[in-house]
Amino acid sequence: MFKTYKAQAWLLLAPALILLVAFTYLPIGNTIWRSVFGFGVQMGNQASPENYARLLDDPVFWQVLKNSALYALITVPASIFFALSMALWVNGKIAGTGFMRLSFFTPTMLPMISVANIWLLFYSSEIGLFNAVLGWFGVSGVNWLGNPDTALYSLMTMTIWKEAGFFMIFYLAALQTISPDLYKAAKTENASSLYIFRRITFPLLMPTTLFVFVNALLNSFKLIDHLFILTKGGPNNATNLLLYYIYENSFSFFDTAYASALTVILLLILIVMALIQFGVIERRVHY
Amino acid sequence: MSFLSISNLSKDYAQHCVVNDISFSIEQGEFISLLGPSGCGKSTTLNMIAGLEVPSRGQIHLGQNDITHLPPGKRGLSMVFQSYALFPHLSVKENILFGLKARRVDKQEQLKRLKHAIELVGLEEHINKKPSQLSGGQCQRVALARSIASQAPLCLMDEPLSNLDTKLRNEMRNELRHLQKSLGLTVVYVTHDQIEAMSMADKIILLNQGKVEQQGSPESFYQTPESTFVARFIGHPPMNLITSHEHIIGVRPEHIEVQNVGHKAKIKNSDYQGAATVINVDIIDGPFHGSKNIQLSLMGKHQLTEGSDLTINWSEQEQHLFSKSTGKRIAGI
Repeated sequence: MFKTYKAQAWLLLAPALILLVAFTYLPIGNTIWRSVFGFGVQMGNQASPENYARLLDDPVFWQVLKNSALYALITVPASIFFALSMALWVNGKIAGTGFMRLSFFTPTMLPMISVANIWLLFYSSEIGLFNAVLGWFGVSGVNWLGNPDTALYSLMTMTIWKEAGFFMIFYLAALQTISPDLYKAAKTENASSLYIFRRITFPLLMPTTLFVFVNALLNSFKLIDHLFILTKGGPNNATNLLLYYIYENSFSFFDTAYASALTVILLLILIVMALIQFGVIERRVHY
Repeated sequence: MSFLSISNLSKDYAQHCVVNDISFSIEQGEFISLLGPSGCGKSTTLNMIAGLEVPSRGQIHLGQNDITHLPPGKRGLSMVFQSYALFPHLSVKENILFGLKARRVDKQEQLKRLKHAIELVGLEEHINKKPSQLSGGQCQRVALARSIASQAPLCLMDEPLSNLDTKLRNEMRNELRHLQKSLGLTVVYVTHDQIEAMSMADKIILLNQGKVEQQGSPESFYQTPESTFVARFIGHPPMNLITSHEHIIGVRPEHIEVQNVGHKAKIKNSDYQGAATVINVDIIDGPFHGSKNIQLSLMGKHQLTEGSDLTINWSEQEQHLFSKSTGKRIAGI
């Protein structure tokens, strides 16, 4: 009896297990192994912490880490803020909400590569839209993507524009599940709109906010397509993000061992953040 | 001047008139019931009183004040919903305190009212639970406590017992009526359930297609229905309407008896309901020959064969007459 059940259990687990092992666990193991034994593209036979020691002395790595942190710190809350604001706006009973929803959602439907190309036309210093508009007011243009001080923020602006519409859809769906009776009850109790938002709408949206937060954070680390079009990590690594730096190391510099060490660091960061999100924040969310 | 008076209230939705020129008034401490089939405009009327919908025409006065265009929170009323409308993420305590906090009531006063309200509905030990941990009846008690704590002079209830099962509904009916009387609450109670209206209300306002069909005491609805609509709506099973050549004759099933002389009828089926047996017959002889599906209600259990004949009769005093053309009651015949 037990034996057959065990076999069945393994059989039922098999599809998921095979996929997870082949495409997640084995590559992770391989990465860790390579980061310890690897040496350039070669494999050594002696375990050494050399690749990790290099990390600590690599100023570009620290620059990249700082960029990634700043990128997440700004794009995640900003995307959430705009997503929620837009959702609240188009959830109302005003004319033309259908058109507004579509407009807000359009950036999501475009591939990141096309978005980057469109924004390249906005940002470019000679023919760009932004500088042209500034020119009308007699303000001299800024080299948005060429200046290390503005390049990263320019990328952030584009990312927020792209992401907020997508997250708006989740907020919109969540808003529509809140019973209108709750708002009626609150209104008869003389609650102001702000009070209703603070004590009812926002707390009831917390599960969505958590979901959106997790996704926005993951995206901030994994979505780097636009770097290939806009800046390639430049100028002087001002817009280089961790994943792009990993890509550069493994496929441009062919230093897979160092790239593996970087990947392990990225993995650790993501694991720690996931633990914080689901361990600490989830306990404070009402479902 | 009455406590709450509704004058010529109307509501149109895109040319369609949902509430059509309704007027009625309520005295302080009265329990009145807005009764009617679904779609008759009773909930719309209640929402207009609450300020959740804007009337197309007409006025609403509460006390001396014209509240027709005041926002809901400024009208001095509380509301209990069919869905309970409890805030799912807040505890029982916070649900009750919600309105008091929104109104910035003094902290001491808040706790005093909370304690009073929670004791009245008997939920002291559940005060820190979330609504999802409570049963339907308990949820509705919390909603009731929230309404009591607001100390609003007028309480509006929108089918508050319709989501509860029959047994609980009967208990809550008594409890609600008891609370209303002991606190002296003025209640406007919307329901489609005639038993709720008949057993709780001081006064019933029956709506049909956006108009007041009849208003008055529960007894008047049973004893002197003003139209065939009222006659068919109140009573269980509903009143039989028999068309004669001059009028429509109405007789309640419980007033029909099996006698030796009277109208000959054929039994179609009988329905044993415990205390009574409801028998469905077709009259096959006499002046009402051809009247089908006449129902009579006999006390106790009666074993009757389908298709067999019996003779039914009723006393003239129990008979109601309605005009054939308008369906209105004809008095004094």
